[in-house]
Amino acid sequence: MAETPFISLTIEGRPVTVAPGTTILEAAKTVGVLIPHYCYHPGLPVAGLCRMCLVDVDRASKLAPACATSVMEGQVVRVHSDTAREARKGVLEMLLINHPLDCPICDQSGECELQDYTYQEGRADSRYREPKRFNPVEDFGGDVLYVPNRCILCTRCVRFMDDIAQDSVLNVSERGDRAYIGKFDGKDLTHPWAANVVDLCPVGALLSKDFLNKARAWELDRSASVCTGCTQGCNIIVETRDNAVMRLRPRSNESVNHFFMCDHGRANYRWMNRRDRLESPSILGAGGHSPVDWDVALEGAARAIKGKRVFVLASPNLSNEALHLLSRLVRTSNGTGAFRVEQGPEAPLPGVPDLALRADRAANVVGAELLGFTRHAAPLDLLQTGDALIIADHDLQGDDLAALGRASVTVVLGTAMPAHLPKADIILPVANTVEEEGTFTNIHGRVQRFLQAKAAPGMARPAWYVLADLLGALGESADYYVAADAFKALAAAEPRYAGLSYDTLALRGLPVVDAPKLTDAAR
Amino acid sequence: MGYPHQPHPRETTVLSRYFGDAEARTLDGWKQRGGYKALQMALGMEPVAIVNVVKDSGLRGRGGAGFPTGLKWSFMKPGDGKPHYLCCNADESEPGTFKDREIMRWTPHALIEGVAIGAYAIGAETAYIYIRGEFTEPLDIMERALAEARAAGIVGQNAMGSGKTVDVWVHKGAGAYICGEETALMNSLEGKRGNPRIKPPFPAVSGLFGMPTTINNVETLAAVPHILNNGADWYKKMARPDNPKSTGTKLWSVCGNITRPGNYEVEMGFPFGEFLHELCGGALPGRTLKAIIPGGSSVPIITLEEAESGLMDYEGMVGCGTMLGSAGCIVFDDAQSMPKQIARLARFYAHESCAQCTQCREGTAWTTKILERIVAGDGTMEDFDTLLDIAENMTGKTICVLSDSCATPVVSGIQKFRHEFEALITRKTVYAVPTVVS
Repeated sequence: MAETPFISLTIEGRPVTVAPGTTILEAAKTVGVLIPHYCYHPGLPVAGLCRMCLVDVDRASKLAPACATSVMEGQVVRVHSDTAREARKGVLEMLLINHPLDCPICDQSGECELQDYTYQEGRADSRYREPKRFNPVEDFGGDVLYVPNRCILCTRCVRFMDDIAQDSVLNVSERGDRAYIGKFDGKDLTHPWAANVVDLCPVGALLSKDFLNKARAWELDRSASVCTGCTQGCNIIVETRDNAVMRLRPRSNESVNHFFMCDHGRANYRWMNRRDRLESPSILGAGGHSPVDWDVALEGAARAIKGKRVFVLASPNLSNEALHLLSRLVRTSNGTGAFRVEQGPEAPLPGVPDLALRADRAANVVGAELLGFTRHAAPLDLLQTGDALIIADHDLQGDDLAALGRASVTVVLGTAMPAHLPKADIILPVANTVEEEGTFTNIHGRVQRFLQAKAAPGMARPAWYVLADLLGALGESADYYVAADAFKALAAAEPRYAGLSYDTLALRGLPVVDAPKLTDAAR
Repeated sequence: MGYPHQPHPRETTVLSRYFGDAEARTLDGWKQRGGYKALQMALGMEPVAIVNVVKDSGLRGRGGAGFPTGLKWSFMKPGDGKPHYLCCNADESEPGTFKDREIMRWTPHALIEGVAIGAYAIGAETAYIYIRGEFTEPLDIMERALAEARAAGIVGQNAMGSGKTVDVWVHKGAGAYICGEETALMNSLEGKRGNPRIKPPFPAVSGLFGMPTTINNVETLAAVPHILNNGADWYKKMARPDNPKSTGTKLWSVCGNITRPGNYEVEMGFPFGEFLHELCGGALPGRTLKAIIPGGSSVPIITLEEAESGLMDYEGMVGCGTMLGSAGCIVFDDAQSMPKQIARLARFYAHESCAQCTQCREGTAWTTKILERIVAGDGTMEDFDTLLDIAENMTGKTICVLSDSCATPVVSGIQKFRHEFEALITRKTVYAVPTVVS
C-alpha cells in the first residue's frame, strides 16, 4: 500500500490535514488552536515533561502529551474537554505552589506564560498551606540571572545549551522538589548565543541583566526589524518605550535564524538611542554651520556636486533603497562608491545549520556589493582629487583623514557627525535603521524588510527620502514618497532584485535572483 | 525460604533452592547443581524456538508489570543490521522487595545463565546487568561469578564453544530508585542522568544507545534456565487450575511486623491467608495484623481481611484490591500508625522523584508535607480532599509511574484507614514528638 502523504484528523472539532510525524501540538497550531505548554519549544528537542499540553485523544486510556504524540489518521483530539482542563488546572496549581507570587516586581510579568495560562484556566486560589521552597538568586554569567524560586524546571535552557549551543553549561541539579537549574563547575553562560535562554524561559526565572527592571512588558512597543550586528540578517523585534529602544529580541524565521539571535546582536542597540544626533540640515557659511531648511540644503548639495565626479563613502548598514539611490548619483557622474566593513570573530550556533555571528559586522554588505559599491579596507584611497565626497553615514574612525583633503566638496549624509571630520560643507541629517523603513540583503542574498520602530530626531529624514529629493534637485526623476516606491525603483533597475516588492517580501524576506551563487561564495 | 531458615514444606523452591548454599556461588558448585546445561542446550537451538518455549511457559515479568516475557522477546527483530541489547534490571529498589538481591547473592550463575539465554534468544550480542548502587555484596558476588564464567568461556566471543557471541557486563548504578524504571535505567547505563524517557518509542524500537533493547527483571531471567531444562509444561502446571494466566513460582519478600520475615517461593495462586499465617508465622506475639502492602510500596494497601481472601498471582492480587507488583510484601500490625507509615512512603517518593514531570516533582513533595502535618497534629478535614485531588492529578499523567506509585498508598490508605487520619486531625491520637523521618 502506498504511504498516505498526509494525515487527516480533528482537533477541537476542526478538520486538520498535516504531514505524517507532525505532533498534535503543531497540527493544532495550523488551525489556530494553541495547546498550552511550557517545556515544548519548536526550536528545541522534545522533553515532554511539563505535562501541561495533555489533551484528550479518543480511544486512548490516558491523556496524551500533545508535544510528544504524533498525529494519527482519523484521530479526534479535544483540547478543552473537562478531563484535559482539569489536568492542566492541576499542573498549574502544582507549578504555583512553590512559585512566588511576585509578579509586580518580576521582569517577566506581562509576557509570562505561567501568568497567562493561570489567568486562562488556573485556580483562583491556592490550597497550598506549607512553606514555599527557597533558593537564592544566582548569576549565571554572561547577561543571565537565575531566579530559582520562579523556575518551573521546563529545562528549555538546559536543552538549548546542550543541543543547540552545544556547550553544556546548565543542568538539572538535585531531584524532586529540591531540583533547580545548576551550572557546571567553572562554566558560565558566556557562549556567544547564551542569552537566548532568557527568551526561551517561559517564566521569570532567567532574566537579562541588561534589561533588568528597565521596563514593564506592557509598556513596550514592538516592531519587526532585522539585526544590524552582522551579515546574517537575523530577524528581530525592536522593543521601544517612549521612543527609546529598550531591548532587541529574536523574531522567528525558519530560513534565517530559526528562533534565535546572538548576544552581540542583542547588545547592539545603544547606538539607536544616541543623543548627539544630527537634527537639522545645514550649510557651511562664512560664520560656520547654520541650520537651513531642507529645500535650501538640498539645493545647495545639488549645486555643490553637479558636474563633479561623485565619490560615495557608504556605510554597509544603509538600506538597499538608500544604496540604490546613492549608486545612481555615482553612476550618472561616473564616480565611485566604496565601503569598509568592520570585522569581528565569527561565532556559529552549532545546532542550527548556517547560522552564525558573521565576521562582517554590518547588515547590508551583500546589498552594497550587489548595488555596485566597492569593498575596500581603506576606501578613501579610491578618492580622487576634485571628487565631490558624500559621506553616507560612515564613521571615519580609523580612516586616512588626510585623504579627505582631495575632495572638492564634502557632503555629510548621516545620523551623527563623523568623528574627526575636519570640514563638512553640507550636512543632511538622516534617520537611523530603526527610525526608517527599508530592506537589507543578507549574506545569502535574502532581501528582508525592517520597519520603523521609533521617530527620527528633529528634521532628520530617511536616507532614501533625502536622496530621492537630491536626485530631484539634480534634475533626475526620483519621485518616491514611501519606501516601497524606492524599492520598486530598485527592483526595476537592478536585475538581481527583479520581481521583488515589499508585498512579496512581507516580513520573512525573499532571496535575490541567483542567491544560491552568493551562498556558495559566502562559504 | 532457604535462608536464613529452612524452607517451609509448602514452598516450591525452584529459584531459591540453593539460597544459603555458599558452594552454589562458584562455577564448579553451580555446574554440579545442574548449572549451564540450559545455556548449552539453548545455544544449540534456534533463537525463535527459545522464545516460543518461554511464550508457551506463560512466564511473565517479575519486576512488577507482569508483561508476558516471551511476547516481549518476540518484539525484537534480529538481523536488521543494528546492535541489539538485553538489559537485566537488577536495580531492585522497590521498598519491601529483596528477592533479586538473594538470587544474586546465592545463585549468581543462575542469573548469568538466564541473561545469556535471554540475550541469545533475542539476538543481542551484549547484555548488561544493571545492579543497584547499594547492592555492594551482590555486586561483588556477581562480578566474581561473571569473571569465572568469562574465564571458562561460558560467556564472551565463543559462548560455550558454540561460536556465538554472548557478552555479559555488570554495571553498578548510583542508587536512585528511579533507575529501576526501564528507560531511566537505560539513560543511567548510557552515563546520563537517570530520567525516564517518553514512550513511545518503546525500548524494543529504540532503547539503550537508541538501539532495539529488551529489559527483563532478575527473577524473570533466572527462571528461564529452569523452563528450558524442565519444559514449558512443567512451568505451566505451577498455577491455579482456574487461572492459566499466571504460571510458575514466585519469590515473595516479606518484611515488617511478621514472625518470620524473609523470602518465600510459592507457586502462583497460593492462598495469601495461609501464606501469611502459616509460612510467615503470622503476627508477633500479642499483636494482630492490620494492613498489608503485598507488591512493593507502589501497590494499594489492603486490610488483613482483604489479604486473607487473596490468591497469590497476578489476577488473584487484583481480585483482592491490589496488585502483585514485585511481590515485596510489607506487613503492618495494630501497633503501627497508618498515617505515619503512609507519610514515610510518600517521603520516599518525594525524595526519589526525578523532577521531570510537574505533577510528580511538586505533587510528591506536597503530599508528603500535608501527611507530615497531619501526623504532627496540624491536619484539617479539608486535607482529605486536597490529598485525594493531588493524587488524582498525579495518576496517569506523567512520563513514568513514580507519581502514580506515590498516589496509590495515599488513596488506598485514606480509603481504608480514614479513621486513623481523623483521630489525628481531631487530636484523639497525639504523637508527643512530630514524626520527621529522614
